[in-house]
Amino acid sequence: MPRPDTETAAPAAPARHTTNFLHRLADSDIFYSFRHSPVTVAAAIVTLLIIFGAVAAPWIAPQNPFDMASLDLLDAHTPPSWEADGNPKYLLGTDDQGRDLLSAILYGSRISLMVGFFSVLFSMAVGVSLGVVSGYVGGFVDALIMRIAEIQISFPAILIALLIDGVLRTLIPEAKSEQLADTVLIFSIGISGWVQYARTVRSSTLVERGREYVQAARVIGIHPLMIMVRHILPNVMGPVLVIGTIHLAVAIITEATLSFLGVGIPPTQPSLGTLIRIGNDYLFSGEWWITIFPSIALASLVLAVNLLGDWMRDALNPKLR
Amino acid sequence: MTAFIIRRLLQSVFVMLVVALVAFLMFNYVGDPVNQMVGIDTSFAQREHLRQELGLNDPTLVQFARFVGHAVRGDFGLSYQHKRPVADLFKERLPATLELSLVAALFSLLVGIPMGVYTGLKPDGWLSRIFMAFSLVGVSLPTFLIGILLIFVFSVILGWLPSYGRGTVVAIGGWTTGLLTVSGLKALLMPAVTLGLFQLTLIMRLVRSEMLEVLRTDYIKFARARGLTDRAINFGHALKNTLVPVMTITGLQIGSIIAFAIITETVFQWPGMGLMFLQAIQNVDIPIMSAYLILVAFFFVVINLIVDILYYVVDPRLRVDTAKANGHA
Repeated sequence: MPRPDTETAAPAAPARHTTNFLHRLADSDIFYSFRHSPVTVAAAIVTLLIIFGAVAAPWIAPQNPFDMASLDLLDAHTPPSWEADGNPKYLLGTDDQGRDLLSAILYGSRISLMVGFFSVLFSMAVGVSLGVVSGYVGGFVDALIMRIAEIQISFPAILIALLIDGVLRTLIPEAKSEQLADTVLIFSIGISGWVQYARTVRSSTLVERGREYVQAARVIGIHPLMIMVRHILPNVMGPVLVIGTIHLAVAIITEATLSFLGVGIPPTQPSLGTLIRIGNDYLFSGEWWITIFPSIALASLVLAVNLLGDWMRDALNPKLR
Repeated sequence: MTAFIIRRLLQSVFVMLVVALVAFLMFNYVGDPVNQMVGIDTSFAQREHLRQELGLNDPTLVQFARFVGHAVRGDFGLSYQHKRPVADLFKERLPATLELSLVAALFSLLVGIPMGVYTGLKPDGWLSRIFMAFSLVGVSLPTFLIGILLIFVFSVILGWLPSYGRGTVVAIGGWTTGLLTVSGLKALLMPAVTLGLFQLTLIMRLVRSEMLEVLRTDYIKFARARGLTDRAINFGHALKNTLVPVMTITGLQIGSIIAFAIITETVFQWPGMGLMFLQAIQNVDIPIMSAYLILVAFFFVVINLIVDILYYVVDPRLRVDTAKANGHA
């Protein structure tokens, strides 16, 4: 019985595995292309910084902008600290309710990233499962799913997200709409983006289905659902991750746009888009900072994620090397 | 060819029916239409009478058929919020949206194609690099952000352009246009640029990559060997062959321009259909929402159909190989 052996070796194995993995990573083509593209390195740094700021917001933000008790309306509309009327307490100034903008941006990117991330996960789950089923089962199911996909892809994703969001908002009672705002957004954005995953996964599934290991699994009588989940799924996930990264930027933009339009995250827990919407009302009274700083944060986040996604697509595509 | 068009037509009808079904379900089951129409003091018998009169007690399928019948004739009932026929509201706002979309599309084509040709011909020039960096920003920045930044620079800081509305409009028949007055043109400038910028970058990148690809082909090399002028090669032979995909994308993008107009119209308070639709969402004005849904779907379906047919007409290869056409469609 080799079991005791593996048990004693187990604690050491992951560590060796990790260093091995790191070495392999450092030697790989992908890391090489990463190191030799300064733009990508910069994009990665910016993305990591924003993610860090968003995750660590409760510990590093000077103020909790969701805590109404800590807000002082007398401090509202304070310009950034370097301006004549600025208050050193508020580095980037405050908004119309006296929220510290820097804190609001940190918490706001937290919400933007969270909604974006979960929307992508949701899209991925829907798209990948429909894609695998479509490719594996074929026939009528395949035709139906692909027809729906074809119809949906002829409409812009943002329009579909807006429509689903609009319809859901009318269905939800007013009292609950604030609590459910992020769930509604994640659902709407998620549904608007599944097609790309489904199409890609379907075509890889069609290839995998013909392979011998799948036929073997079928011959020994494994349940089709099991074959799809255990055997096909791991083999079709590669491209899905690339689509996911590019989709993350799109999802963040969609969230920001819907929030800006006033049908997304409510102003009590503002995301970056909501902050920009709030500030937009004060642009003309000379209070530019309420809009401009969240805009810069949103633009850098989206640009950085986009650049990373572009790089990843090129780096993982052997045709372009 | 005929079979292809018929298949496409059937598909379009199917899409429209699905969209109509969504609109109908929304119309009928989100809130009670009777409650929206009567006051609190209406008796139960009166409500029931109204219900019967409106045909709300009929089978769902009959109601749906009636809904489609009304929709085909452009009758979507009264707006809850404006208390006026939805069709009239749309008629008033359609010119604003179409004008904005058309100018934005023209802007993106007239600027995007030359930029794409230039970056395709001189991929390493410094101007090309600037264009490419610019296009990345154009693709990455959300539409509303571009609008806000333009307003900030040109309305707030410089004070050159108005930040909202259509300016002075002239009515010609049932159509209002802002193209004939100076204030109308000034008001149109920023919204059109905002709306067209994303399409511009898309078209530019597309033309660039197509140009790069075409310039590598044998027939271009052969044309050079024949000693044709650069001008004749670049524009007569290369550019002409890049225009098929450009045409397809442009056609498909007209639909998304109309959709993105919702955002631009909100940023610039442009009195078009998109702004009305957004206000309808905020006020749960179901008749406007369902009418907009159907109208936009109709635009999309028609545009897609035209693009598909044009694609077929322009590219002779597809006529021979129908299987390939299906793959592309």
